[in-house]
Amino acid sequence: MKEEDIKETILNLLKKIAPDSKPEMLRPEDDIRRTLDIDSFDFLQFIVAIDKALGINIPEEDYGKVSTLKSLIEYINLEKVDIQDEEKP
Amino acid sequence: MIEFKMPSLGADMEDGILRQWRKKVGDVVKHGDIIADVETQKGLIEIEVFDEGKIESLLIKKDQKVPVGTVMALINPQINRQLTVLTKVKSNGELKIKKALAEPPKKVKISPLAKQIAEDNKIDISVLKGSGEDGAITKADVESVLANKEVTKENIFQANSIRQAIAAAMSKSNNEIPHYYLECKVDMSFTLRWLKDTNGKRPLSERILPVAVIIKAVAKALIEVPGLNGIWDKGFQQKKQINIGLVVSLREGGIIVPAIHDSDKKNESQLMAELNDLIPRARAMKLRSSELADSTITVTNLGDNSAETVFGVIYPPQVALIGIGSIHEEPFAENGMLTVRPVMNITLAADHRASDGHTGSKFLMILKKYLLNPDKL
Repeated sequence: MKEEDIKETILNLLKKIAPDSKPEMLRPEDDIRRTLDIDSFDFLQFIVAIDKALGINIPEEDYGKVSTLKSLIEYINLEKVDIQDEEKP
Repeated sequence: MIEFKMPSLGADMEDGILRQWRKKVGDVVKHGDIIADVETQKGLIEIEVFDEGKIESLLIKKDQKVPVGTVMALINPQINRQLTVLTKVKSNGELKIKKALAEPPKKVKISPLAKQIAEDNKIDISVLKGSGEDGAITKADVESVLANKEVTKENIFQANSIRQAIAAAMSKSNNEIPHYYLECKVDMSFTLRWLKDTNGKRPLSERILPVAVIIKAVAKALIEVPGLNGIWDKGFQQKKQINIGLVVSLREGGIIVPAIHDSDKKNESQLMAELNDLIPRARAMKLRSSELADSTITVTNLGDNSAETVFGVIYPPQVALIGIGSIHEEPFAENGMLTVRPVMNITLAADHRASDGHTGSKFLMILKKYLLNPDKL
């Protein structure tokens, strides 16, 4: 999956969680929750949605590593590589 | 005959617009059935009926706006009567409705000035509730309906309407309720550790948020200090059922407070599952009447990355509100040692007519005890 596709998936999920926000205006280094005013309940829905859409299960202790668009995409890329490695015979 | 009236879904509700009857004349209804959809300042609400019987007549028409307390339907509790008797009553009922719609019943008491204003503005006085002597409709009653009509005409956005509802309820609260406030600090490291352990074993979709543990702890503390759980209506009425209203903020501004029924009887998983259902419906403004009307106490939880302390305004007719600030690190002294701990400030705003600081303090100390021992919840 290309980085652009991951970004598009993330933005679509954020738009669903916070319909009146403008995720497309997020800059790579912006704090996602603070910028889009997403509370802990909505953030959990977002984490669940990422798992459903991309198969990435983000544990609670890693929430700090996925606070910006840039760090979230990097995290997903790394996890994808790990999953692919595990799947290799 | 049972009169089914426009329910009050909180101190801030004055009227509602019937958008749809979900039942028709002749339908049998039972406790908890949804009888109608009513539009209020808090969205389109499914109205439940709490009586059993057969619907004899529906007195309000679709899209009609009526004040709280207006009789909307008549329900016959004796559904096993002979068909002939039913038919007779039914035809009588329909006759009454026709009369009511065509002209105001003669027994309506109204001052001449009020009548003139009502006629000039095409207000149906048969659905008005009078505040004058012997229930007579006064000029002020008609003018208040007129004021609401004008608001509707201006087509103000829902968000504004919610803001007005909050303004009305909170002004009433500050005018009528002698608040007292207490605060305590809780070391949340035990609760956070417990959450980390339990969430580590759970699938993602069943993870628990701190708010579910807090609600459970509040409910357990209320069992031990029931004097804060109830309503004030010419006196304190303590409630057996613990229905915690949770403040949900709306993205477009404003708040809505759905009730979590029987919070004390549910475990953290069940409470979290209920929040997963309730919060999205609250934000979409699709709640049921019992979820809006039944709260016996309110919890407002600011969540993380927020202010550290909230001093709330009690939501009438309740007598207490618990304010939960964000969990934040701060220096913490214990047993003569100074460390850094995740700390949460809990406040209690309570009605001094119903309780005293002693009761409030006892409640906070028990709540703290449970948050220090989350495995005992």
